[in-house]
Amino acid sequence: MNQTAPTGTHVKESTVTMDAGEMRCDASPSDTSAPDPSCVVRAPIGLLAELTHRCPLQCPYCSNPLELEKVNTELSTEDWQSVMRQAAQLGILQVHLSGGEPTARRDLEEIITTAAECGLYTNLITAAVLLKRDRLEKLKECGLDHVQISIQDIDTAAENADRIGGYKGGSAKKKEVAGWVRELGMPLTINAPIHRHNIHNVEAIINYAVELGAGRVEIAHVQYYAWALKNRAALMPTREAFMDAARIVERERERLKGVIVIDAVVPDYYAKYPKPCMGGWGKGIINVTPSGRVLPCHAAESITHLQFDNVRDRPLADIWIKGDAFNKYRGTEWMKEPCRTCPRREIDYGGCRCQAFALTGDAANTDPACSLSPLHAEWAKVADVESHQGSPDFVYRRPGGATRKPAPEKTPEPSSV
Amino acid sequence: MGETPLRQRAIITVASKPVMPPYIKLRHDAGRNRWLILAPERLFDPDEIAVEILKLCDGERSVGEIVEVLAKEYNAPREEIEADIIAMMQDLADKGVVKA
Repeated sequence: MNQTAPTGTHVKESTVTMDAGEMRCDASPSDTSAPDPSCVVRAPIGLLAELTHRCPLQCPYCSNPLELEKVNTELSTEDWQSVMRQAAQLGILQVHLSGGEPTARRDLEEIITTAAECGLYTNLITAAVLLKRDRLEKLKECGLDHVQISIQDIDTAAENADRIGGYKGGSAKKKEVAGWVRELGMPLTINAPIHRHNIHNVEAIINYAVELGAGRVEIAHVQYYAWALKNRAALMPTREAFMDAARIVERERERLKGVIVIDAVVPDYYAKYPKPCMGGWGKGIINVTPSGRVLPCHAAESITHLQFDNVRDRPLADIWIKGDAFNKYRGTEWMKEPCRTCPRREIDYGGCRCQAFALTGDAANTDPACSLSPLHAEWAKVADVESHQGSPDFVYRRPGGATRKPAPEKTPEPSSV
Repeated sequence: MGETPLRQRAIITVASKPVMPPYIKLRHDAGRNRWLILAPERLFDPDEIAVEILKLCDGERSVGEIVEVLAKEYNAPREEIEADIIAMMQDLADKGVVKA
């Protein structure tokens, strides 16, 4: 018989959020006490499985690398099923089936079945435009737990949404699929990447997510890596627009309490402190690319001196625990000043390694998103300047697109997958 | 746009009959030796009492009946237990972990 009476908070909450621009893992699975400074390697809780880089959409803020992996390098069905089994054995709890567009894989059913059999909580992160109702129903039968659909704008601004995604009819199709998700009794999250071409619609986007029956909506300000960095001048909102959006989110969160959960991802150009990217390098999230490379974060390949292991060559657990790339920036030992002695070092881990590398040439430096970085002022000014200039044309996300000239500002025809 | 929400916030009272929807999973994690609630892109970390309460939430028992069960088991004033459970359930309902 228990002796303690019920008091206070009995349920602590952690987020394992992955969206187009950022991943957060605020969970601290096994510690209820203070963080362990020596950083004992813990089991990851989330697996981001990028099943393919193929995608019918061409969003200019895509978080995939500029060099997209080709279809003939993709892992086989058996490879992915093995990854799922190894993930569960390693202690991973949730798998985020992402891409590119995961439904472009014809074997998604088999991958989900295996993941569900292993006890993994399965989350499909989809652009939805390839889905048919009977396939969605099949995925549910295979054990799919949750669906996250990305939108580019509200349905009454479908033309703008389709221009951003580079896919005609996409907005209407997403609305239809969202309806099926709810009809099938599955939980729905709407993910809305926010930038200067839709930031004026943040309130309407939240209402649209409610109308679609979503239990969660992510107001996900674009994070400027990969394609988004390439398109930064076209996407960066002004600080004023961002502040307005932030106020709307706060107000709506209160108004819609118990109706929809609103998660917001802040653009770090306008933040005082950097975000704890990945909730700490090699701490809670593991990322497998379409060809089987195992990364601590989906942008990690931009750090050119890191070597990544492949699930074809080495067990997942071994890579997580002993892999060079994972140990390089795990914990706090690798830090330089001002991070090393910073009281926030266990809170934000010095921000994003990829951003530090891209902008300072050394991934162990403080992320310039931090106000304590010597480069912060110069870096923050870029956002201010670019956001007040006219928007250049998008560089659409497509194979080889990063080296091409910007596409004209009209909706391109859908590309085949 | 700007329509009023189609759904209403569920307010938890002693008459509410909370239940976890099928896509919310209360699971024992042997590796970490603890109970977990798996939810869409969320993890919840329930303590022993929360686990006990959630196991009683079958959509048929009312909050009042759950309070009765716990009042017998714990040596604490009924009102205290009731206030505690309602607060916990309201929080979980707001986060979509239970429906009522």
